[in-house]
Amino acid sequence: MLAQFLQFFFSGITVGATYALAALGFTLIYNASNVINFAQGEFIMLGGMLAVFFTQAGLPLPAALLLAILVPAVVGVLIEKLAIEPVKGAETVTLIIITIGASLVIRGLAAVIFGKGTHSLPAFSGDAPIEVLGATLMPQSLWVLGVTAVVVVVLWYFFTRTLTGKAMLATSYNRLAAELVGINTNGVLFMSFAMSAALGALGGILVTPITLTSYDAGIMLGLKGFVAAVLGGLGNGLGAVVGGLLVGLLESLGAGYLSSAYKDAIPFVLILFILFFMPRGLFGARVTDRV
Amino acid sequence: MSLLEVNDLSIHFGGVKAVQNVSFSIDAGIVYSVIGPNGAGKTTLFNLITGVYKPTSGEIRLDGESIGGKSPDELARRGVARTFQNLQICMNMSAIENVMVGAHLRLDRNLIKAALRLPGLTRRDAELREEAAGLMRFVGLEKYINARADSMPYGALKRLEIARALAMKPRLIFLDEPAAGLNPKETIEVDELVRKVADSGITVVLVEHDMKMVMNLSDRILVLDYGKKLAEGTGEEVRKNPDVIAAYLGAHA
Amino acid sequence: MQKRAYYGLYIVIAILAVLPMVLPNSFYLDLAIRMAINAVIVLGLNLLIGFAGQISLGHAGFLGIGAYASAVLPTHFGWHPLLAMGAGAVATGLLAALVARPIFKLKGNYLAMATLGLGIILNIALRNEATWTGGPDGMPVPAFGLFGFELSNDKQWYWVVAILLSVSVWASLNLIDSPFGRALRALHGSEVASRVVGVDVVRYKVAIFVMSAVFASLMGSVTAHYVGFVTPNLADFFHSIELVTMVVIGGMASVYGSLVGAVLLTALPQALATFEGWETVVFGAILMICMIFLPKGLVPTLAAKFDKGDQA
Ligand SMILES: Nc1ncnc2c1ncn2[C@@H]1O[C@H](COP(=O)(O)OP(=O)(O)O)[C@@H](O)[C@H]1O
Ligand SMILES: [Mg+2]
Repeated sequence: MLAQFLQFFFSGITVGATYALAALGFTLIYNASNVINFAQGEFIMLGGMLAVFFTQAGLPLPAALLLAILVPAVVGVLIEKLAIEPVKGAETVTLIIITIGASLVIRGLAAVIFGKGTHSLPAFSGDAPIEVLGATLMPQSLWVLGVTAVVVVVLWYFFTRTLTGKAMLATSYNRLAAELVGINTNGVLFMSFAMSAALGALGGILVTPITLTSYDAGIMLGLKGFVAAVLGGLGNGLGAVVGGLLVGLLESLGAGYLSSAYKDAIPFVLILFILFFMPRGLFGARVTDRV
Repeated sequence: MSLLEVNDLSIHFGGVKAVQNVSFSIDAGIVYSVIGPNGAGKTTLFNLITGVYKPTSGEIRLDGESIGGKSPDELARRGVARTFQNLQICMNMSAIENVMVGAHLRLDRNLIKAALRLPGLTRRDAELREEAAGLMRFVGLEKYINARADSMPYGALKRLEIARALAMKPRLIFLDEPAAGLNPKETIEVDELVRKVADSGITVVLVEHDMKMVMNLSDRILVLDYGKKLAEGTGEEVRKNPDVIAAYLGAHA
Repeated sequence: MQKRAYYGLYIVIAILAVLPMVLPNSFYLDLAIRMAINAVIVLGLNLLIGFAGQISLGHAGFLGIGAYASAVLPTHFGWHPLLAMGAGAVATGLLAALVARPIFKLKGNYLAMATLGLGIILNIALRNEATWTGGPDGMPVPAFGLFGFELSNDKQWYWVVAILLSVSVWASLNLIDSPFGRALRALHGSEVASRVVGVDVVRYKVAIFVMSAVFASLMGSVTAHYVGFVTPNLADFFHSIELVTMVVIGGMASVYGSLVGAVLLTALPQALATFEGWETVVFGAILMICMIFLPKGLVPTLAAKFDKGDQA
């Protein structure tokens, strides 16, 4: 009983951590520009795919992983420069379609370059499972959780203790005021895309040894990251992390105890229920629209 | 009994007490002005009475019926109309359609009949278009009867808001800074327009910074400062009130 | 509004009338039929997105309900196709109405999330209930017949959808220029202004959402009978996006834009077939380029170029 629960729990928080990283990516871009970046999932896919590609090309693991983070970050910046900056202030639907267009381009290119097959990456520190109260924990899960925890701490430090981080936060609260005090808000936009692409790619790299990857793996991961971000309350960093873990856990427990066929539906059922009762997610601020 | 009675009305936004324990009443048929420095809570008071915001506490009565917390459309049904300090014009529609929308509650809004273009509906709509054109002339917008809203200058849009509100055939109309941003000539025209509206039997509640206009038009005046009622009375009474003098000379700041 | 807006309707009818005579072969006839079907769906969706300003990223789910009602009910329960189609539409309407109240308290991106979620749940259900739906492989749909007359060849189908499309254009034009339509556009233009003149905005959003969902469901049934086969792809996220893209590329809040968007995006995959393997890349790039350079969509942008007057 307990062992089974623990098993579901472990796999839940492991994928949940990936969703959390994706959700943080959504949050960063949303705060800088009010854009929901539907290409977020493609960065996850790219991270995993490139890690496979570079290691197979013979690069040492650290170099391969670094490149697998850098390349998506550059792609993120390109999207921002070429497609988001020129249409600043456009309607929500327009922006949604632009980012979906970007995601199709990335996915299509991945299919052309890497093929349509499934790829795997060796675990970073072996496959010997660790026994915990009758359940098994993969060492890679510890990597996922550990790195995610480090990322969260680093981000927290960045946004509360560094000038750049504070400038980014200020821009999210009030863009105009930030511009007036001399913050380069275009620079902020640029940073946000680079960082969120890097975060997504990192998540993709970490989880690929467990889940495998393919050119079309980004869609669902991205959408679930979006669910996690909305669940936590769009724009709220802590909310994104909690949302990600929660989505991962409920999905894993639901798949284990209720129905594995409906595993992918669970996050969406969850978010519908939450939004019915809490229109701004779990931690979204209640505000009265100004007139 | 007064047309509108407000008792102990308050609203808080987080820590900001935008309106605090404000009470007053307005008799039917008068022009009632609300004045006070920027941020005093005038617009917020309008938002509370027209149902856009829900009060934190207090009571609002229209004709004796408690209306606090009712939605704007329920208030519209009871004959309450308003304009906005920050223009709320539908730029995706033509000028005259903006006015026609004001008559929303007086029309048959059935979806099926509309899709089938039943003759009764189109006839009524044609009549309404005439009526709306008449209202546009009434507010001095005859030039713009065939214009698109997004092609009109600011001053004209201010009056378009008034025309839309009048299309509701209201009993009570709230005008939030109708002359703000207008040149002196336009201001005088709006002054005259408000007079005409009042003369047509509609009770007018006015927020305006132009003191000449306020003194000229108002039967009674409410002075707000930092969300609180500072004074209330006729123009003469308010002008002589020492608190008001102090506030307007900046002694408060 | 503009008497002129209705001139376009005559042009549409004229084109629809002569088209079958000029189309070279059955491939093009089939394409025209699918364009017309999509156009009807997009007209409904544009009322919601373009005119009322409310996004839906899950409309393909409603299409799926209609399509599968027409597949499952006659196949497994022997229902008459017309009855099945009606049942699909009613079920869609009820479901849409049920979720719409809470959904339309939401704004912008939260609304996008909720509708997207709804569409995905519906799609997953269709994939999983293989006993009824055939699962990911889909299932055949019996032919559509009425009063002993069976719709069998493409010429007949063409006339049916051509009439449906003409009626839909006419009804959309009517609706926009009515008290209901004005309220809809007004709540897009300024929600607070429309509320204070008495528009119960949630009710209007719900009404147009339900109506566009029922449109989608009915056209889902038509698609199913016409193609003779349904798969869950009809109801997937990507198809929802395709429909929204048709709205936006043609032109939001433009009746004729809906037609242009539907025609172009239905034809696009055929045109892209030459880019073997690169279709997705090119499709994505076209979406981006259109939105960056024509954010208002084709028809409104062109209309603004040619006159500064009114448009529909
Ligand atoms: N929706 C809101 N959320 C938060 N604060 C608000 C909101 N609306 C008004 N306020 C605050 O209430 C105070 C009064 O504002 P307002 O009524 O607009 O003043 P006035 O119209 O007298 O210039 C201001 O401090 C303003 O910032
Ligand atoms: Mg004000």
